Amino acid sequence: MPKYAAIAGIGQTEFSKNSGRSELQLAAEASKAALDDAGIHPAEVDGMITFTLDPSDEIGLSRCLGVKDLAYTTRIPGGGAASVATLCQAMAAVTSGIAEVVLIWRAMNERSAYRFGQPLVPPSGGVVNVAGNGTGSLLWCMPFGAQTPASWEALAAQHYMETFGVTNRDLGQVSVTQRKHAASNPLAWFYGKPLTLEEHQQSRWIVEPVLRLLDCCQESDGGVAVVVTSLERARDLKQRPVRIVSSAQSIPAEVEVISNYYHADLTIMPEAHGVARRLYARSGLAPQDLQLAMLYDAFTPQVLRQLEAFGFCARGEAKDFVRDGNIELGGRLPVNTNGGLIGEAYIHGMNNITEAVRQLRGSASNQVKNLTHALVSCGMAGAILSNA
Amino acid sequence: MSQPDTPPPGPPTRPDPVFTPDAAFFWEGVARGELLGQRCADCSRLVHPPRPMCPSCQSLKRETVKLSGRGTVCSWVIPRHPPAVGFAEPPIVALIELEEGIRLVSNVVEVSPAAVRAGLAVEVCFAPTRGGRAVPVFRPREGTPSA
Repeated sequence: MPKYAAIAGIGQTEFSKNSGRSELQLAAEASKAALDDAGIHPAEVDGMITFTLDPSDEIGLSRCLGVKDLAYTTRIPGGGAASVATLCQAMAAVTSGIAEVVLIWRAMNERSAYRFGQPLVPPSGGVVNVAGNGTGSLLWCMPFGAQTPASWEALAAQHYMETFGVTNRDLGQVSVTQRKHAASNPLAWFYGKPLTLEEHQQSRWIVEPVLRLLDCCQESDGGVAVVVTSLERARDLKQRPVRIVSSAQSIPAEVEVISNYYHADLTIMPEAHGVARRLYARSGLAPQDLQLAMLYDAFTPQVLRQLEAFGFCARGEAKDFVRDGNIELGGRLPVNTNGGLIGEAYIHGMNNITEAVRQLRGSASNQVKNLTHALVSCGMAGAILSNA
Repeated sequence: MSQPDTPPPGPPTRPDPVFTPDAAFFWEGVARGELLGQRCADCSRLVHPPRPMCPSCQSLKRETVKLSGRGTVCSWVIPRHPPAVGFAEPPIVALIELEEGIRLVSNVVEVSPAAVRAGLAVEVCFAPTRGGRAVPVFRPREGTPSA
């Protein structure tokens, strides 16, 4: 069995607000680009992984690519909050020998065809079963006017902010930093468009007193794909391999995907603490061994709470860590150097994984110097990647 | 001063609750003006949201218990944009920690946003929905010092 799995290829479509083509086509284009990047013929794919929420079928996509004989498929629940679990599953498939060339994809017309940011209200009347995407408890929010991801996130974050005296201005520092990164990343929607803290503070409230417009990620159309194979094989392919040093999921007791209100201590993200514990234990690495962190940033408070969960700063001190410039390019721990989901695009977390790969190859627009290990975290899953 | 919770004239517009099989008892209780919780008949653990098995002892024996309806505000927000469907004014959405130790997502009503804070003592009341059902919401408790 292969000892290590590695990311051998990455691919994407352009990120836009109206792709003008089907989600299956976006998936196929991104997948082909990732396989070309690796130098692997599409027929060779034998494993496929996506989100439970992805609207394209494995069979539909494999029939586009001309996959010869698919050996393994799986899907991860929890949406973007579990996006890095795709790497965890791919690593497990490759190192167990179940599959040799695993294609991960996520493609969506999440701006032009439907909008995650708009209210979601289930139809009236009757008894329904809603499950499978890890979002069943959102039903307990809708009749009270909490109908958007921003409102669900804000209700959890408000307790954290009040406990530690975090203000919306503090959150603004996260957006300003990430937009600075996006401004010099040609792949980013906000390329060439940096943001000032005053502009952030003038943007309208989405959910008062937590989230303004510029605390929220974009809504985007686009596709992203990642090819995972054995490190041994990856060494013979076109690109410098990016090794999956360790990867982990964590869903502690009473944790929910985004309506995460039922666990004991609401000032923390227990799932991110769980991922951190597992990643550090499995890799033997510590926070100071990581030189880049790609942190799921659907909303700015998530960045602060992940910085604390992974031990980059003490609990309650992330706002100061950010304000002091530590997460900027050139800072102690550059974060979301592509601009993140706020500045680059929102492809459900997957474009934060591809940025880590570009960084470890040395081909990022905002290249981190002397980089050997990068963290990719989305809350409920994470991975430590290395160029060695 | 305008109250964000003042019911608009005309029939209720608030979205109906969604009944899942395991939570039907909760909404049926609310329809009768009762706030009910799910307790394990074997180990007495109270859980919310409801579920078919007790996470402490794996018992399938469930019983419903009437809850005090008293609690405190744990966190709160006001969704401003996009407007919440079914609300004439932006509601105060709150996470309520009940005296019994479980939390519910709900609304705080009969209070101005400026007066809402963590620890505010509240008690349950009920608000109608557009399909003729009801949901539990919370108002400040009179004469009770807040935590």
